Amino acid sequence: MLVHSIFFYFFSVIAIFSSLMVITSRNTVNSVFFLILDFISVGCLFIMVGAEFLGMIILIVYVGAVAVLFLFVVMMLNVAEQKQSWFIGKKSTHIPTGLIVSVLILLELLVVVGGWKYKDNVMSSSTLELSNISNTHQLGLVMYTDYILYFQLAGIILLLSMIGAILLTFRQRKGVKKQSYFNQISRNPSSSIELKEAEINKGVKIDD
Amino acid sequence: MFEYIQILGQEIYKILFVLVPILVSVAMIVWLDRRVWGLVQKRKGPNVVGPFGLLQTLADALKYIFKEIIIPASANKAVFVLAPIVTMTLALVAWAVIPMSEEFVLADINVGVLYLFAVSSLGVYGIIMGGWASNSKYPFLGAIRSAAQMVSYEVSIGIIIINVLLCVGSLNLKEIVLAQKDLWYVIPLFPMFVIFFISALAETNRPPFDLPEAEAELVAGYQTEYSGMMYAMFWLGEYANILLMCAMGSILFLGGWLPIIDLYPINLIPAPIWMIIKILFLFFLFALIKAIVPRYRYDQLMRLGWKIFLPFSLFYLVLTASFLFYFDKLPKGNF
Repeated sequence: MLVHSIFFYFFSVIAIFSSLMVITSRNTVNSVFFLILDFISVGCLFIMVGAEFLGMIILIVYVGAVAVLFLFVVMMLNVAEQKQSWFIGKKSTHIPTGLIVSVLILLELLVVVGGWKYKDNVMSSSTLELSNISNTHQLGLVMYTDYILYFQLAGIILLLSMIGAILLTFRQRKGVKKQSYFNQISRNPSSSIELKEAEINKGVKIDD
Repeated sequence: MFEYIQILGQEIYKILFVLVPILVSVAMIVWLDRRVWGLVQKRKGPNVVGPFGLLQTLADALKYIFKEIIIPASANKAVFVLAPIVTMTLALVAWAVIPMSEEFVLADINVGVLYLFAVSSLGVYGIIMGGWASNSKYPFLGAIRSAAQMVSYEVSIGIIIINVLLCVGSLNLKEIVLAQKDLWYVIPLFPMFVIFFISALAETNRPPFDLPEAEAELVAGYQTEYSGMMYAMFWLGEYANILLMCAMGSILFLGGWLPIIDLYPINLIPAPIWMIIKILFLFFLFALIKAIVPRYRYDQLMRLGWKIFLPFSLFYLVLTASFLFYFDKLPKGNF
């Protein structure tokens, strides 16, 4: 157990340190890098308690995709240096909003952790009784039987938000020339080359 | 306490036993790549240093070691130094789960495929970090390009992996190979194998998808400001990643360490040799593609990834699932 707890404290210290650095670092890109470090160490903690599937999914989804897009946006927006300090700023609107959000999150966490004590039929799934099956199988067995409705609802919400995001950024631009591979390949000299007689001082009108 | 140190020592010994051959084979593979490239173009390729020029890469590495490391004055130094280290570490760390035979695997974990997928999707960080920290236009453009490119092609690789997993019913790499005892998945899932191969080219920034380092437009992309040993680390990491993708392809589709047919004279060849032959075969295709295909334009690359590969692999996923369901061939699961 000694080695186990050494690893546990190693990862949790890194997780806490990096999450502190996320909110205190002046350079926004550095914040995102610390966020990535935080995700990775939380993923490692998941793996340490035996939830290897969840740990890997955190690595793939959060670190491999979400954080890349964060980094992408932060780099593109060129907000690397926070000129105006949040802490001594005179009329900063960040702190009240941030306080409200964090108090809400704290309350939610308290409700969840407190409510866990009064749970009765959360774990009553009939499929979970086989204890010697692997983590991933277990998750699948519960997710696609008892919680299929919530699973599908979550999927539909994700689909809707994806369609919404596409719709928000979609705009039809006029005059954009698009390449059609089929037309391009099926062209031949007899249909695409035309000889024209150019009159002096008049020229030839070429359609676009 | 002494016990732990002993275990630690044994583990380090095992890890070295995997890492050193990989580093050596990366050097050899660079030589093979340049050689195939040369022969396709009717040149000779590297043929001076050592027999057949085999030691060319070692000579190059020696040259890189003795060169000065230059860090641009306005670069973000910590991130700039970290970037090649991240690239190379991630490329090597993934080899922990690759089974070379039924016994010869460093870490036989339950979620091997997910681990491989996760590590290969982290590979983009080395490039983004390098490009951003250089504080220069061309590296930054290269990094932005590669971020979009690698994230896009990861999606289709993920769906291809799901295709294979549906047929196997396990995330363990060993189980995946053993499930192909009767039929390699390259036969029933041939279109997926082709898409996997092309996505692997894009994922490792190989030609024809080497836009992050397109020398005609971006000098050398994200590597522009790097020199000496740090450049060599990027380079090693890149080739270790390519080898990893080849290993992944041979495990998912070409039956890993299994012999081509289980007959008397052929199955005498030891399992790791088969694995190496398959990896080399895939790498040979990688090298050929580099020599014969011109570079894609960026919008064409995105179109291929999102409008062709993603819908097609989703369609094939539904097809595989329905086939397995209606013919009652779904894996029952071994629990």
